[in-house]
Amino acid sequence: MAELLRTLPLADFAPLTGRPVRLVAAAPAARFVLRARGPAAAAAAPALGTPLPAIACRAAVAGELAALWLGPDEWLLLAPAAAGAALHARLVAALGGMAHALTDIGHRQGAMLLSGPAATATLNAGCPLDFDPEAFPVGMCTRTVLARAEVVLWRTGAEAFRIEAGRSFLPYVWRFLEEAATASAAA
Amino acid sequence: MLLIDCPYCGPRPEIEFTYGGEAHRARPADPAALSDEEWAGYLYLRRNPKGRHAERWRHAHGCGRFFNALRDTVSDAFLATYRVNETPPPPTIGPEAAA
Ligand SMILES: [Zn+2]
Repeated sequence: MAELLRTLPLADFAPLTGRPVRLVAAAPAARFVLRARGPAAAAAAPALGTPLPAIACRAAVAGELAALWLGPDEWLLLAPAAAGAALHARLVAALGGMAHALTDIGHRQGAMLLSGPAATATLNAGCPLDFDPEAFPVGMCTRTVLARAEVVLWRTGAEAFRIEAGRSFLPYVWRFLEEAATASAAA
Repeated sequence: MLLIDCPYCGPRPEIEFTYGGEAHRARPADPAALSDEEWAGYLYLRRNPKGRHAERWRHAHGCGRFFNALRDTVSDAFLATYRVNETPPPPTIGPEAAA
């Protein structure tokens, strides 16, 4: 019987450093999508350690857990890989009997971390969103399109973004950002 | 780039959206009671006006939600957007009303 091995799609990609842009693969994470409304959405708060953000396109953070607003009844939940099973168990217990959908998407997508003074210029090479701090403040998150690939962008700092992309899109998104970063550095 | 005002997310670039056809078309309550012509009319016939048009759009690469929009089919200007459970804004908005 063959042994199952977990492979990380960005394992062979050397981080970008020493430029106005840093690009590194994010640590393996547990990911869930929670669809819930009203009482069920409220009931998830104790399991997460924070209420689900009710404001559009905002993230709530509780320690190493994060809940990202994706839609009016849809959140992306992020946790360290080792904390995923416990989070899942807490949510199942908290939401028992209430209408909701909790889906493990931990292996569907991966993430990279982009930072540095040219981070927004690099993103704008493939994404037309306005990254002025007024329009896209720290803590804002959204599903959007980056160089034709659907991604979830989360601004975690003034010059720092987490980029979640589908697993098979990760190498493409990485190479795109790498090339855009080189152009930003040259400009 | 054309910006479309998602009722949930705010103004966003058009590449995040997909078109969903004419808005406010109610499915007949009892399709079996309809003639073939009436049923075909519900399925296939659309207004296709020149000018103000109420349409469904979906913020597919954003919040994922369907919503409605009033768009001028001549100028491609979006006059208003609103949620599916809201009534269309009165026809006093847009460049024609200002004229
Ligand atoms: Zn939206």
